[in-house]
Amino acid sequence: MGVLKYTEDHERFRLQVREYMEKEVLPHTMEWEEAHIVPKEAWRKMGEAGYLCPCVSKEYGGPGLDFLYSVIITEEMAAVGQAGLAAMLHSDIVVPYINTYGTEEQKKKYLPGCVSGAIITAVAMTEPGAGSDVGGLEATAEEDGDEIVINGVKTFISNGINCDLVVLAARNPEIADKHAGVSLYLVEDGTPGFTRGKHLDKMGMHSQDTAELFFSNCRIPKENILGQKGHGFLMLMEKLQQERLMSAIANVAGAETALKWAVAYAKEAIVDGKPLSKSQAVKFKLAEMATDINLNRAFLDNLINDHMAGKDVTAQTMMSKYASSEMMNLQISDIMDLFGEYGLLESSPVARGFRDQRITTIFAGTTEIMKTIIAKSLGL
Amino acid sequence: MFAFTKAQQAIRKAAKDFAKGELDKETIIQWEKDGAFPTEVWEKAADLGFLGMHLPEKYSGGGLGMLDSVVTLEEICRKDSTVGVALGYAAHGAECLAKWGSDALKEAFLPKVLEGEMLSAGAFGESRRGGDLSAEAVTAEKEGGEWVINGQKTYVPNGGLAGFYIVLCKTGDAASLILVEADRTGLSVEGLGRKLGGNMTPTANIAFDKVRVPAGNLVGEEGKGLAYAKEFTAENKILLAAQALGTAFGAYDRMMEYVKGREQFGRKLAQFQVSQHKIADMAVKIELSALITYKAAWVRDEGKMDPTLCSMAKMTACRTAMEVSAQSIQLFGGYGFMTEYEVERSYRDAKTLEVMAGAAAVQKDIIAQSAIGRIR
Repeated sequence: MGVLKYTEDHERFRLQVREYMEKEVLPHTMEWEEAHIVPKEAWRKMGEAGYLCPCVSKEYGGPGLDFLYSVIITEEMAAVGQAGLAAMLHSDIVVPYINTYGTEEQKKKYLPGCVSGAIITAVAMTEPGAGSDVGGLEATAEEDGDEIVINGVKTFISNGINCDLVVLAARNPEIADKHAGVSLYLVEDGTPGFTRGKHLDKMGMHSQDTAELFFSNCRIPKENILGQKGHGFLMLMEKLQQERLMSAIANVAGAETALKWAVAYAKEAIVDGKPLSKSQAVKFKLAEMATDINLNRAFLDNLINDHMAGKDVTAQTMMSKYASSEMMNLQISDIMDLFGEYGLLESSPVARGFRDQRITTIFAGTTEIMKTIIAKSLGL
Repeated sequence: MFAFTKAQQAIRKAAKDFAKGELDKETIIQWEKDGAFPTEVWEKAADLGFLGMHLPEKYSGGGLGMLDSVVTLEEICRKDSTVGVALGYAAHGAECLAKWGSDALKEAFLPKVLEGEMLSAGAFGESRRGGDLSAEAVTAEKEGGEWVINGQKTYVPNGGLAGFYIVLCKTGDAASLILVEADRTGLSVEGLGRKLGGNMTPTANIAFDKVRVPAGNLVGEEGKGLAYAKEFTAENKILLAAQALGTAFGAYDRMMEYVKGREQFGRKLAQFQVSQHKIADMAVKIELSALITYKAAWVRDEGKMDPTLCSMAKMTACRTAMEVSAQSIQLFGGYGFMTEYEVERSYRDAKTLEVMAGAAAVQKDIIAQSAIGRIR
């Protein structure tokens, strides 16, 4: 342990975030789950508290903090199982596209709002026909004078209903190459031709507003192209390292929380006249979980260091994302067994945990995609 | 027993046709969200004789074997796991009553249940552990010609909807089963709300406050309640295994249709070797679960009821349902997480079945005890 160099400031910040979660987030969990969305007000409060976009520099209204602050926020939010108030997605996955590739004008225009929570962001990559196969995306962007005309459908877009700004991947239909034709664009809420489709019903993450987005002759000014034309695919690939790292961070923190529930329950629950924790099988199961979590944690913390040092740890990040998500899936099922019938009740945290975690082996790249690329990194 | 009889094949086909004809996806998704019991489907299933196939004809049962009930439930769950689980539990209390109840009780209650007029449930547990059989918290004392019942049973299926409960009570130094009608004074229901799965079957705690029932409501002999409850819940595990088997098949069918149609990277998902091997694993697990479930039912029908085999079947089939539905979701990708594609519900129902009546550890305790025997 102790691979990461957390300072006293970091530790103080963690306690603040934790307290914020307890006061401002946890009490609303059920309300947001039932509404299937988090009110925009909650995003603004997060912004006011200084918990959005720690990476954005002071120049653009941000605090200009290091990546460990993002790690802390992500871990503390995962610990309370918050899905809808997707600070990690906004701060550490979408906003970095603008922060890294945006022009000075774009940064000045959008980043302060991203930091304050006035602008909620989403990234629109996945399409009904292009899931794992990102290269298969069909949304088109055609230049027409000073404007770009966008047509296409995006699906499974997190923050899809709430988003005020979309980072969109679309291709120039005149370029045949699967990758070279793809560019990124910034599309604002309210742009004519940009509409939301169905708010999608799903197994878990109920407070997360997942939706389809439709673009029909949607015209945006030329200056809304993000980064270099034709570099869309490269930018996506570059930023996916952090996206997957963030997933792994949330997974490991989520697993640590679930293990805490399980240990506490095993001590407290009396079965056949004695605490569940007296069962050898239960002890072994919890010992296995603790071991797996610690192995994942050690590997992950090293990766966080490498990522902060700017190293290319693409394959390792995939290993961490895939291993931690698969671990979580198995663990929450075993924890449900431990809790027994009361774990099945939606009034217990285990039921929601079980529903929420199933997507972790799928989003941000499926386990199968992770393994494909890991194999490539082995020279296969 | 490696072939079903012609009659059993006909029953399977009838159940399959029934499920296909009666179960509409959109309606069911709404029922599941609302936690509504599928009343119309249940009534129709009763009309067509799909409830209590292994109960005596005299009381409107099918007069057939457990294997017939197994193929029926398997086919209904294959089409829809949540409806199948609700139907699987519909006659829970009646199935128990049929084994040991007096003729008077059976005449009074079984036809109602099997004709789709009344739901029923066994109320055996008092703790948080799935599969718990306890008679400590709920006591029944004889007072004149009546039993006076006090205490609370937990996690009772059909709680709040059932017309009667078969309650495992402490009677003196032993335990007994007593039938308690739901409308008796002093009986109260505390609904436990929405669950991970099985959401068309309400679950509740049932409390008894000086509830009086006639002495004749005793089921079987006084003092044998625990043995009865053990035997009944063992037998019921065959039906749970059948539900899990159908759930696994249902996820598998949906997955198969999807991977043959969905194209990524220029190929159908079914053309990737990793998909193929996942499918092979699923096919093997389903085959094994089917074999052990059918065998447990067949052995019971031959009059050689084997509780250990029932535990094995329940544990195996539920694990299969979990693994098959989990991998089906994986092959569906993001769509697998979406309600519309139904495999997410298979997964929730599978986990619910796995925990109900005791998760793997509970079954392993039973299996090991029987495998090891006495150690001197």
